[in-house]
Amino acid sequence: MLAPKPESNNETVKIMSIHSERPLSPHLMIYKPMLTMMISMMHRITGAILYFGALFLVWWLAAAAAGPEYFSLVHGYLTSWLGLLVLFGFTWALIHHLIGGLKHFLWDTGAGFERPMLEILAIFSALSSPALAVVVWAIAYLVR
Amino acid sequence: MVEFTLPKKSRVKKGKSWPSPEGKRLKEFKIYRWSPDDYKNPQVDTYSVDLDKCGPMVLDAIIKIKNEQDPTLTFRRSCREGICGSCAMNIDGTNTLACTKAIDEIKGAVKIYPLPHMPVVKDLVPDLTHFYAQHRSIEPWLKTETPEPEREWLQSPEDRELLDGLYECVLCACCSTSCPSYWWNGDRYLGPAILQQAYRWLIDSRDEATGERLDNLEDPFRLYRCHTILNCTKACPKDLNPARSIAQVKKMLVERQV
Repeated sequence: MLAPKPESNNETVKIMSIHSERPLSPHLMIYKPMLTMMISMMHRITGAILYFGALFLVWWLAAAAAGPEYFSLVHGYLTSWLGLLVLFGFTWALIHHLIGGLKHFLWDTGAGFERPMLEILAIFSALSSPALAVVVWAIAYLVR
Repeated sequence: MVEFTLPKKSRVKKGKSWPSPEGKRLKEFKIYRWSPDDYKNPQVDTYSVDLDKCGPMVLDAIIKIKNEQDPTLTFRRSCREGICGSCAMNIDGTNTLACTKAIDEIKGAVKIYPLPHMPVVKDLVPDLTHFYAQHRSIEPWLKTETPEPEREWLQSPEDRELLDGLYECVLCACCSTSCPSYWWNGDRYLGPAILQQAYRWLIDSRDEATGERLDNLEDPFRLYRCHTILNCTKACPKDLNPARSIAQVKKMLVERQV
């Protein structure tokens, strides 16, 4: 005997289309922000910052090539408080990315994956990069 | 593709608060709900559980809610002792197994979502079809060319030890669905769980398809979307280390070139 025919196909069609429209479960917005993940994100972000920082460097060099007048203009911008803040940020980003790179170098050897070590490396990245940026600037001011 | 917000129909709305039972030690549970039977967006419902009348684990609480308050609450569970991997979900912001997560480890309301960035079948049940297909793609079985021995393939105790920390994986998908790289590129990136299984076969002394297996992994997406974000290792409810396994695979690929 045949199975009873469904009264209307519309309901089946509706349910099937709903199935193909399954919602996507929440991700980034519900995941606990952990230090290791944050440091990894900062590595990405500082990498992007370095692109723009490099443009500043080129601008500064190009200004030097363009002559004393234009150079003093650009130099004025870069040594204003805003310019110095941007340059300090660039130094920090450079060092953060550098430390991150060294960390990846360690991981590429297969070492440094023990659980407490992962936390130590993350804390080290977070603290050492601003500290070293300050050291670099202190030295720069001292030898000036 | 990196997408920080959810598609319109996936956005989570405020849900309802279920009537609270009597009790001295009440704990709130905020649980993601979505059903294919109505045409609504997902929502977060709030339930209260009296901890004096409940087992110690999050799974005990959601089973109690299902039994006593809301029989429509849907989730997978089986062994209740961390060996089957069924009850993997996002609890208190990290992926873990509901059966091995103690309620009193969590401060405030217990927030429960399905495994992140997955299609939802219903409530806390994600669709793992693609995850399993990826597991199939690495051919997770012993591959040999030498004639089969009359009895078992033998392995020294030292070689067997290399599989410790790998064979214990229950494929619960906690690690893969904790990984931002897997969120953005899960269609092509294999993810930590599957790569760890790939490594498990790569270093098995009895397996004779190492080269072929490495060829299959050497790909900008399948393997190299791993950026050592480490969410996988932090999430694993079995305390395994998928991040380390993936690093070992990368290392094997370098080593075979020198």
